[in-house]
Amino acid sequence: MITGLLILFPFLAMLALWLTKDARVARRNALIGAWLQLPVAIAAICLFQCNGFREIIYAVEWIPSMGVSFNLALDGLSLLLVLLTAVLIPVIVSFVPVQNTSSPRKFYALIFMAQMAMTGVFLVRDGLMFYIFWELALIPLYFITALWGGENRIRITFKFFIYTMAGSLLMLVALIYLYLQTPYPHSFDFGALYSVALSTQQQIWVFLAFFVAFAIKIPVFPLHTWQPDTYTTAPYAGSMILSGIMLKMGIYGIIRFITPLFIGTININLEQTVLILALVGLLYASVIAIRQDDLKRFVAYVSLAHVALITMGAIIGNNFALQGAGIQMFSHGINVVGLFIIVQIIEEKTNTRKISQLGGLAKKMPLLAVLFMIILLGSIGLPLTNGFVGEYLLLYGIYQYNVWMAAFAGLTIIFGAVYMFKMFQHVMLGDKKYAAELTDIGTREATVLIPLCLLVILIGVYPKPLIDMIQPTIENILNVITIAH
Amino acid sequence: MNSIIVLAVLGMLTMFLGITNRKKWILPVIISGLVFALIANALEWNKNTHYYNDMLVVDNFSIAFNGVLFISTILVLMFASTYYRTVERPLEDVYALMIFSLVGGVCMTSFGNIVMLFIGIEILSICMYVLAGSKKFDLASNEASFKYFLTGSFSTGFLLLGIAFLYGATGTFDLVKMNTYIFLHANELPLYFNVGMLLVMVGLSFKLAIAPFHFWAPDVYHGSPTLITAFMATTVKIAGIAAFYKLFSSCFISVLPLWTTVLSVFAALTIIIGNVTAIYQTNMKRMLAYSSISHAGYLSLGILAMNNFSKNALLIYTLAYAVATITAFGIIILVRGSRNNDDINTFNGLAKTNPIMSFALTISMLSLTGIPPLAGFIGKYFIFTSAIESGYLWLVIIAILGSALSAVYYFKPVIAVYMKKGEWEPVVGTPSYKFIIILLIVLMFLIGIIPNTFVLL
Repeated sequence: MITGLLILFPFLAMLALWLTKDARVARRNALIGAWLQLPVAIAAICLFQCNGFREIIYAVEWIPSMGVSFNLALDGLSLLLVLLTAVLIPVIVSFVPVQNTSSPRKFYALIFMAQMAMTGVFLVRDGLMFYIFWELALIPLYFITALWGGENRIRITFKFFIYTMAGSLLMLVALIYLYLQTPYPHSFDFGALYSVALSTQQQIWVFLAFFVAFAIKIPVFPLHTWQPDTYTTAPYAGSMILSGIMLKMGIYGIIRFITPLFIGTININLEQTVLILALVGLLYASVIAIRQDDLKRFVAYVSLAHVALITMGAIIGNNFALQGAGIQMFSHGINVVGLFIIVQIIEEKTNTRKISQLGGLAKKMPLLAVLFMIILLGSIGLPLTNGFVGEYLLLYGIYQYNVWMAAFAGLTIIFGAVYMFKMFQHVMLGDKKYAAELTDIGTREATVLIPLCLLVILIGVYPKPLIDMIQPTIENILNVITIAH
Repeated sequence: MNSIIVLAVLGMLTMFLGITNRKKWILPVIISGLVFALIANALEWNKNTHYYNDMLVVDNFSIAFNGVLFISTILVLMFASTYYRTVERPLEDVYALMIFSLVGGVCMTSFGNIVMLFIGIEILSICMYVLAGSKKFDLASNEASFKYFLTGSFSTGFLLLGIAFLYGATGTFDLVKMNTYIFLHANELPLYFNVGMLLVMVGLSFKLAIAPFHFWAPDVYHGSPTLITAFMATTVKIAGIAAFYKLFSSCFISVLPLWTTVLSVFAALTIIIGNVTAIYQTNMKRMLAYSSISHAGYLSLGILAMNNFSKNALLIYTLAYAVATITAFGIIILVRGSRNNDDINTFNGLAKTNPIMSFALTISMLSLTGIPPLAGFIGKYFIFTSAIESGYLWLVIIAILGSALSAVYYFKPVIAVYMKKGEWEPVVGTPSYKFIIILLIVLMFLIGIIPNTFVLL
């Protein structure tokens, strides 16, 4: 029941916003709608714990003649990402600039539509429903970016749309193919899909179809070319949803489909090729981030580098790597949204986001500097911040798989420190290059940033509840792998 | 059969209403008559009756497709008052021709004999030739009519020749007898049987605008009056695909390899040509013409699949396609009414003043692209699943790539409406206009959300 509510709530919020006429009322309603969902998610966690960390299942038949059902289940991994969505959406909604948004009701309605679709992706246990929610999530993001985005938005969002749609259609073929391999009467249930036995040749094709779909969404090098442009062009709220939550759909997809179906059985060369692609992407994005001048683009490349590491962990799929992937998905969501918020504040205050035109902001904005530093340390992965827990587990998992890969992947920490501190130095410290009268951040900014910073430290100091939550799910997935052997 | 009688009477009645010049009555009478035909049609459900020595066989398959035919005609006619609002005449000839062409459509879904199929196709086509030219003083409309007539009669020749060959090879026109004969003599059929079968396929492909026999479609769709284009794009396709499926599934199922190879090449070509050419169109109607070509390609996947589920797949696909296409043409009708132009950039900035129309256009384009949870997605999903099940994975991959490509052109009007700047005053149609647009939006969502209701066969 609670799983149904988790999807129903954003849906109702979307309808309510769509019907709101007054712009100011729209903002108030959006805030209420967004914050109301947090208690629902927390209630879900409580129920899940009361249920002894077992899946909470809710299923309704949808197209019985084709074995499709509206099958929702809440386990640790789903809950982790649902929680991330429920935490980030209120933050994103409250940080939408009040004045600059034309027809805010549509904007907020689209955000809630995205939330509904993404929550759906994280909860469903039916292949076709998974595809439906997956594709549904794309539509609001397309419109958010294309209607409220920056320059060149039409061309860039178009590329983004075609890219992701082509990927997800490939996933649809793979899903239908798996579905038709299930014993008659066919079923789209995840359990049924997992138990399909494929020949080596079939495995390679199905793997590639899934991987390309997820790799475009994440994105993994060399399918990432839509990402920097889209993140830069999208309005901040759009970039935050894309990077904070939506790309987790790709990683989640890898953990749900690729890990249980293929790991250990797929052609080893293919697996390593994919891992090396992710590794190349990691180094490539790091190097570009060092040379980046536009702050928003900078965050886009930082995100690209970080998710590459998570992707490697998800594909390797041993216990530590999966734990790390789970924790790091959560941490990355918080860190990247924090970074985007800070970039947005800087752009709002100074009207520029060119690193070369900024400098010495810390003198005028000490509180921002402190909060910025905390989030920055979190995303570098300093011990006692959230980034450390995830990256450590991921690197340990990769080390168990292959020492050399771990060695190269470990460079991410060094590179991370280089580009992050270089950027921080140029923007916050040094000579004051920017002449405008600056004031420190007010309540609007602080109410959003301080909770995020607290989360950064909290998860870094005490990650146990999160790990406990996802551990049973990871064991289930590892069981599926061992059964397959 | 009942529906044929109802339609024939309705057609006559329409003409009498025209003679007595009752303009106000004509549309309500026709629409209620069509609803009546829909009911008469539904009453025969599960009865499986045969008429006139099996000339007509009314089974659930034909009833379901007749239903789609009637529903889409009603939906098209709902736009008629908006489209013809400046015309003083009662236009009984146009409406009567539309209804008579439906009679042909019904014959095409419920034939039990190839002669009946031919008669149905002719009734449908001849009405269409005239309808395409019904804007008498418009050059484009005349051109459309002429082109349609020339190519159409040419394809009829092929069809007739094919039927003659089939008769020569099997000695019968009756579907059941022909099927038995082919089944028993599968290895000793003369060469001209194959030729006949292919000629029939070519004739039907012409009607459905399956490549490489699609060249007439863009010009005819573009030149015809928009309302007629909407009618043509839906009814001809629905009746044609039903006839195609019925003929090939009941007669040629025992000689599958003889025709599936050819049809699968046609399907691949259709999908590629339709989608790629549509990208380069700047005119809405031409774009929709190429889009309808590509949809004919997807539909032929359903014919190729030829398994338990493909009937349902075809039914839902045609319904979804019809609803979305009619919505798009409905918007074009109104935009053209106030701008006298239907290029895509005419639509620029429509969303500022006409939000509901823009939303409907967007939803219809998304549905045609196949975005869940809209009707078009469910249709594509069913078609693709049944095609993969029958082993046409390679074709489905082409179709999938085609779908991804189709987003390029289906998004052009959406971009124009929401993201380009243009001057618009609020455009208003007749009172029924808004109602029907909202009904169509609801239908597109409904088919997508509760598809199980439409799995009838």
